[in-house]
Amino acid sequence: MTQALSIRGLKKVYHNGFEALKGIDLDVEQGDFFALLGPNGAGKSTTLGIVSSLVNKSAGSVKILGVDIDQDFSKAKRALGVVPQEFNFNQFEKVYDIVVCQAGYYGIPRVEAKQRAEHYLKELGLWDKRHSAARMLSGGMKRRLMIARALVHDPKILILDEPTAGVDIELRRSMWEFMKKINAQGTTIILTTHYLEEAENLCRNIAIIDKGEIVQNTNMKSLLQQLNTETFILDIQTPLSKAPELNGFQTQWLDSNSFELQMQRGQHLNDAFALLTHQGIQISSMRTKSNRLEELFVELVEKDRQQDKNKVAV
Amino acid sequence: MTMQEYFIAFSTIIHKEINRFTRIWAQTLLPPAITMTLYFVIFGNLIGSRIGEMGGFTYMQFIVPGLIMMSVITNSYSNVVSSFYGAKFQRSIEELLVSPTPNWVILSGFVLGGVARGLTVGAIVTCLSLFFTDLHLHNVWITVLVVLMTSILFALGGFINAMFARSFDDISIVPTFILTPLTYLGGVFYSISLLPEFWQNVSMLNPILYMVNTFRYGILGVSDIDVVYALLTVMGFIVAMFSLALWLLNNGKGIRS
Repeated sequence: MTQALSIRGLKKVYHNGFEALKGIDLDVEQGDFFALLGPNGAGKSTTLGIVSSLVNKSAGSVKILGVDIDQDFSKAKRALGVVPQEFNFNQFEKVYDIVVCQAGYYGIPRVEAKQRAEHYLKELGLWDKRHSAARMLSGGMKRRLMIARALVHDPKILILDEPTAGVDIELRRSMWEFMKKINAQGTTIILTTHYLEEAENLCRNIAIIDKGEIVQNTNMKSLLQQLNTETFILDIQTPLSKAPELNGFQTQWLDSNSFELQMQRGQHLNDAFALLTHQGIQISSMRTKSNRLEELFVELVEKDRQQDKNKVAV
Repeated sequence: MTMQEYFIAFSTIIHKEINRFTRIWAQTLLPPAITMTLYFVIFGNLIGSRIGEMGGFTYMQFIVPGLIMMSVITNSYSNVVSSFYGAKFQRSIEELLVSPTPNWVILSGFVLGGVARGLTVGAIVTCLSLFFTDLHLHNVWITVLVVLMTSILFALGGFINAMFARSFDDISIVPTFILTPLTYLGGVFYSISLLPEFWQNVSMLNPILYMVNTFRYGILGVSDIDVVYALLTVMGFIVAMFSLALWLLNNGKGIRS
């Protein structure tokens, strides 16, 4: 099957000499929910900017559904819906007009454009605000407006560059449900986010980019299996003055009612619970200290930076 | 995209542009109406009555075509420069850049949006002038053609200015320091035959002179310069500036990193 997105040797050097992308290769399958993660300035937005024609590439090739952007960018762009990181609509325009006009730019007749705008504004809970100027919307509504605008031409691929940044938890979760729904309907989604919980919950495949290079590109499951350590916080029923000593496990006392349990890859929670039960310690609740992907992300990025330092030292 | 889709994208841009300047009519349509009325009252009536005839017409009759053209020029220009720069500034231009709409359609849409405002203001000023003098069209085709070509030319100028502009200051520099002096020195208020020969020759380098005189010819039947030559000159400028604007857009000057 043709890849939704295929990138080969993509390079970007800005006018000031900064090398944002150092020849990356990336493939996204059709129907995938794909995460492109990386620290600030890693090259995520540059990559997506080149794909969506907002940034000129220095070298390399990009194919969207098999169409090379150098050969027929117009056809390639038809398949894309783009939700950028920053608000990029006319703040003085009405919500409805923004979506209807966007459909017009894709050659959709006005009558049909209005029907589509109504559909997506209703789907995203903005129909009541259709006559409001965009500047009057809350931050979350503005994000949803950009999603409605990106979907109005029914793209095969949706690029979401930090779509839930600054959005409250309730709204974020409703946006996740919406994204899952359109992905289930066949839309390929490429997501960048700093909320790694979001990527872990939504995405099947993942690439981590750092300093213009892909440092990891795999599926979410096998990536998480690479996690060497995982830390849990355990709440206990009977107060303790120090962390329990569990053979083979590292523990750390937090307060009289909770402690941290650190597990290495290959260790099992059952064994830890067996030891706790043996010592008569009852666990009332348990949670992970941080998101698993977050731990792995930090680990990978740190490793990459350490390798860079070593190169410099050599 | 098919031709029909191009047309939909093109008409969407024009529709949006017309919506924009009519929505803010108090900033776009009202000021030129007031300014031009003041010109008619002060220069045409009060001062003009003491000046006497110019080119065989009353001073009011003489300046009306120039003032109509001046309002078409400034409004065609300022509509595109402010709209396109505003889209750059707010990044709403990205709505178009990510779409399959080709650059020549984007350029044509913005230019025709500017023409729509230029012609609307021109029509308003023409209606106002009827309160002060009678207008008889000497040649309707030349009148329509030159006003349309002038509007297109200055809308293109506004577009190029907006492509280069990096701040709101940059979009007022050209109108203030280039457009306004050229317009005032372009024979709006006087016939260049009043100037010494040297300054007449210098005036011939001013493209606005050709447009104002051709428009005056269309209405009054008098011109300081050859009308056909003037029309060809304006057409040449249009082709050159359209090519430049499209080249800038294709290269993403100021809009793509």
